[in-house]
Amino acid sequence: MSSSRPAGRHPLAGLFWRSRRLRIGSLLAAPLSWLGVVYLGSLVVLLITAFWSLNEFSGQIVKGFSLENFQTLIEQPVYRRIIARTVSIAAVVTISDILLALPIALLMSRASSLRTKGLLVVAILTPLWASYLVKVYAWRTMFAADGVLNWLLDPFGLTVPTSGYIRVWIVMAYLWLPYMILPIYAGLERIPDSLLDASGDLGARPLKTFRNVVVPLLMPAVAAGSIFTFSLTLGDYITPQLVSNTQFIGNVVYANVGIANNLPLAAALATVPIVVMILYLFGAKRLGAFEAL
Amino acid sequence: MPITGPTKLFLRIATAATLAFLYAPLVVIVIYAFNSTRVQTWPPRGLTLSWFSAALANTGARDALLTSIKVGVAATVVALLLGSLMAYALARFDFFGRTSVSFLVVLPIALPGIVTGIALNATFTQILGLDLSLLTVIVGHATFCVVVVFNNVVARLRRTPTSLEEAAADLGATALRGFADVTFPQMRSALIAGALLAFALSFDEVIVTTFTIGDAQTLPIWILNNLSRPRNLPVVNVVAVLVIILSLIPVWIAQRLSSDPVTAVGTVRDTPAEPMI
Repeated sequence: MSSSRPAGRHPLAGLFWRSRRLRIGSLLAAPLSWLGVVYLGSLVVLLITAFWSLNEFSGQIVKGFSLENFQTLIEQPVYRRIIARTVSIAAVVTISDILLALPIALLMSRASSLRTKGLLVVAILTPLWASYLVKVYAWRTMFAADGVLNWLLDPFGLTVPTSGYIRVWIVMAYLWLPYMILPIYAGLERIPDSLLDASGDLGARPLKTFRNVVVPLLMPAVAAGSIFTFSLTLGDYITPQLVSNTQFIGNVVYANVGIANNLPLAAALATVPIVVMILYLFGAKRLGAFEAL
Repeated sequence: MPITGPTKLFLRIATAATLAFLYAPLVVIVIYAFNSTRVQTWPPRGLTLSWFSAALANTGARDALLTSIKVGVAATVVALLLGSLMAYALARFDFFGRTSVSFLVVLPIALPGIVTGIALNATFTQILGLDLSLLTVIVGHATFCVVVVFNNVVARLRRTPTSLEEAAADLGATALRGFADVTFPQMRSALIAGALLAFALSFDEVIVTTFTIGDAQTLPIWILNNLSRPRNLPVVNVVAVLVIILSLIPVWIAQRLSSDPVTAVGTVRDTPAEPMI
């Protein structure tokens, strides 16, 4: 913006125009107080709560420093299992979504007309925005004993998987797939054709070009998509509750906030996904995930 | 890389299969909404429209819809204000801590929903001593809706050259007038798109809501509470179909309003987006 602008008619306008800091400050005051105080403040409260404890007899929260919750999480095998299960399913869902997203994203970016591209983008956005809860509920009905999946599988002598882990894996891979397709598609769109042509001219077969040219250039996009598949999986407790009897971190957190009424333990457990996501975000940043988007 | 022959055929089959996978659950729910029996078996024995009138007459569902709209509108208003102020500051100024600020906007959606939920719950109940109510839900929703507005507006501002604003200033317009007559009209459709998506996001949210709501029910909470009542499932199916439609309408409009569908609608929930650059 021009710095030689004459002062406005109102004296304050002139002051605002001259003082950059004042303008930035007035723009950011409200949003930063909201996100900084309400949100970051809440995260700090969460961390503090994790060090509180529960009075064994009265069940009242004791607001003093204690490592009791973390000790419980480390020492009790049930919590270790739940943490391992949750992190592993986040990884499994992420990998499945990468594999499922690649073919459709490739077709969208390299083998489609502009019109088809537009249609496919809408076709992927529509289920993404169609109510999350309804989609989970739909899977619950599909997994039901007399549901559509058993009806389809019956002629082959098969039945729906009963394992909670597998059911949750299928549904979460389903739920977050569009979040992986879109960044990968956008990443492929950014790769210039000339690079692929050059690779082909130098004698590389398509598969080799894919492995040596496309995949390295696609890493930031994959990392970006995986932030969402990973984080959403870690934070979802509704899906396990509706399609399985298996417990994940989210289920234990929710149960302890509500029924079990042990907020400090829930808070301590909630620090696990925070730590995992911070590590993940650092890794993704190194892969260039943030620059890719 | 020219994709031809068997590779292309494989990609086409994979794409068709993926799309079938993405749409199958939605189709199943839509069909069940017309199922004539109360018990859900596949294939449905017959079709009926009667559950639609039952759903419309259901006061619980109607109240929940109203609650959802109230929460969505309030959260959207807050998000619109905060998100556009922030977008303007970040797109038009370079300042110390700019990257941290843009990181702060995406944090509420980059961190898992239970984290946001329990953090707000602990703050409301333990520190502020508040009773959970619609107000606490609105605060929670507004927090993660900011990013949607922010992404849309910042993308628009990045694509809009400042030359027009400068021309207005050179012609003697005050900062306020320049904003009202030049900047705002350029941002308008991005603001509308951001607002629609923020509303859709709020309308659909369950996890943060369960941690911040008291006795009231938003529509998703109503559905969740009724899933365990088999008698109510036919009405739930109809409500589910209506919820799908109601969530999609704002998104489709928003998509038409933005010139680049992938960065506007796609990235709102799925990318930490441009501000990171």
